[in-house]
Amino acid sequence: MTQQYDEATTPAAASAEADTSNSSLISRRSLIKGAGALSAVAVGSGAITGFPMIWAQNIKNVTLRQFGTGVSNLNDIAKKAKEDLGINLELTALDSDAVAQRAVTQPNSYDIADIEYWICKKVFPAGVMQPMNVERMKNFSKISPLFINGKLTPDSKIAQGTAPHTVGFVESADSKTFAKEPTQWMTLIPTIYNADTLGIRPDLVGRDITTWADIMDPAFKGKASILNIPAIGIMDAAMIAEAMGKVSYGDKGNMTKEEIDKTIGLLMEAKKASQFRAFWKSFDESVNLMASGEVVIQSMWSPAVAAVRSRGIACKYQPLKEGYRAWGGGLGLAKHLTGLELDAAYEYIDWYLSGWVGAYLNRQGYYSAAPETAKNFMSADEWGYWMEGKAAAGDILSPEGKVMEKAGAVRDGGSYAERMGHVACWNSVMDENKYMVRKWNEFIVS
Amino acid sequence: MNRGLLSVSHLQALPLSLTLLMFLVFPIAVIIIVSFWDYDSYQLIPGFILDNYQYLLTSSVTWQAYLNTFKYAISTWLITLVLGFSIAYYLAFHIRTTRMQTLLFMLCTIPFFTSNIIRMISWIPLLGRNGMVNSFLLSTGLIEQPLEFLLYSDFSIILAYVHLYTLFMVTPIFNTMMRIDRRLIEAARDAGAAPWQILLMVIVPLCKSGILIGSIFVLTMVMGDFVTVSIMGGGLHASVGLIIKNEISLLQYPAAAASAVVLLITVLIMLMVMFRLVDIRKEL
Repeated sequence: MTQQYDEATTPAAASAEADTSNSSLISRRSLIKGAGALSAVAVGSGAITGFPMIWAQNIKNVTLRQFGTGVSNLNDIAKKAKEDLGINLELTALDSDAVAQRAVTQPNSYDIADIEYWICKKVFPAGVMQPMNVERMKNFSKISPLFINGKLTPDSKIAQGTAPHTVGFVESADSKTFAKEPTQWMTLIPTIYNADTLGIRPDLVGRDITTWADIMDPAFKGKASILNIPAIGIMDAAMIAEAMGKVSYGDKGNMTKEEIDKTIGLLMEAKKASQFRAFWKSFDESVNLMASGEVVIQSMWSPAVAAVRSRGIACKYQPLKEGYRAWGGGLGLAKHLTGLELDAAYEYIDWYLSGWVGAYLNRQGYYSAAPETAKNFMSADEWGYWMEGKAAAGDILSPEGKVMEKAGAVRDGGSYAERMGHVACWNSVMDENKYMVRKWNEFIVS
Repeated sequence: MNRGLLSVSHLQALPLSLTLLMFLVFPIAVIIIVSFWDYDSYQLIPGFILDNYQYLLTSSVTWQAYLNTFKYAISTWLITLVLGFSIAYYLAFHIRTTRMQTLLFMLCTIPFFTSNIIRMISWIPLLGRNGMVNSFLLSTGLIEQPLEFLLYSDFSIILAYVHLYTLFMVTPIFNTMMRIDRRLIEAARDAGAAPWQILLMVIVPLCKSGILIGSIFVLTMVMGDFVTVSIMGGGLHASVGLIIKNEISLLQYPAAAASAVVLLITVLIMLMVMFRLVDIRKEL
């Protein structure tokens, strides 16, 4: 899985993997009307070809400008969209800070924003985007309940931080305030998400790793690392501090100044004691630290783990008892979109949920927001490996066709339900963000 | 000749003045203005506040970063000076033929045919815990445990600086040495000066301008650097440049601008002190 992970060098583009359990029930036949009032009908029978639907014809050659963090800004998706829908997608990848800024300050420079939910929390209230009418989406009902009510299964506990469903809906078509309950108006249509944890070198740690606190074990002095992207690093730090029993948080995703001070204090202490070998900022740095053996336990993103493994070096994305730190992103519409372009955007987003992209993302180790549609585009073995936590019957290939895992491999962390069901906290943006960033800088310089 | 506003010499100076105005004065003016602005997560808010400077000058982060940066700058400067002077001396006084001098000088520049990032990163596999240096020392039994300080430390940062910048010291010193009238050395020798006296009382004073120019190169480059610190320091160490870079990536442009202004003033003061010590125009 060495694929296009250069994308992940963008901050906050975290990582991912997945498996669904509530599969089945997929009707192979889907009816579509073209976007909105406009045209198009089609019956996709026999999804065997991978084209279960015929898409609206009048949106051909419409150009949509999409920008985002790059995790899902993939050229393959643009190519396939052209093939299936005839629309031209212009993709721009930026890092998450730049994405947030551009979304607010240059709202006319894009048609579709591919942003993470914590970015949405800051961007949407600025009034530069329009919510989407879920009644216009055929595949809305296929979206995982995680994004509707925050619960993967009816008895799941809702995680801390900016959980996607809390910023997923607004009250009305021109509202800027997030709704407490699901409504007809969705801010972002979820596309991609994952659960992150610590990566380890099972051959070098020499013992079982079970908790986030293990990264602070003196046995790993000079062999640990965390990521130096304040917004995400602080969350990993909070998971560690909480697991050590050193700090207790009201909400890890929205810390008070005092909680920030304590967390950073703990990190500074560890840094003084030479616990950390290095801090990494980009995807490739984390891969090299792990592959060279400089570091044996560190914060990591899932594609980075795959990249280390593809070099023939043992690396595990270790599930921990406190749970995962999750992140998620989706597509939103710019306010200025109207008419044919708006129709095309709806059609495109609906297509995004219809399965092909979902399968593509699943194969990269991320999760698709509409797992059941993705299933139609994956082999039973792929589905079993990525989503159900089963041992692979044959070799597991990346979307580019490279062997990622040999037959018999089992995904770290297990099934989709096992992983996404144990999310402790979502990536988030805090009210005390500016203070946190300053404290984080003090930690790095100390 | 007409001494009015637009004399010929004014016209002749115009292109350069305009260029400097557009590409030097204007950007610096913008940086200074922005350094007084306010900001939030998404935008710059024009105004006139002193918060950026207040935080900058009172924060322990700044002081520590400056301390680090000076440490790097001075260590690097001392080492490159000794190395650079020795190499230049060897080239200028021990190599007899011009052809050989040119050849050896070219040899010094060969590493510069690749990008400095590549030259820096090449050190990492060499110095790492399982790198070549440690493997060699372990296999010869000289050490029992891998030496951890080799990488992601002040040592590796300064090593990379020395590697990157020594040539900037060699070149100007070599240049001034080549212009020393050899008869002066003969005269000194005839007058009974010992070799070390010739070195200290004849050659070094005559090389002052070269040493100064080399020092300016090395010091200003190290003061403003952030790439070397971030790569060779493994993110554990910070310099002033790195802090500015961080602020920019977090879109805190006014804070970054304020840091840049303070750094600029610091470097200007350093240069003023250096120019006090050596009158470069007289020496050239």
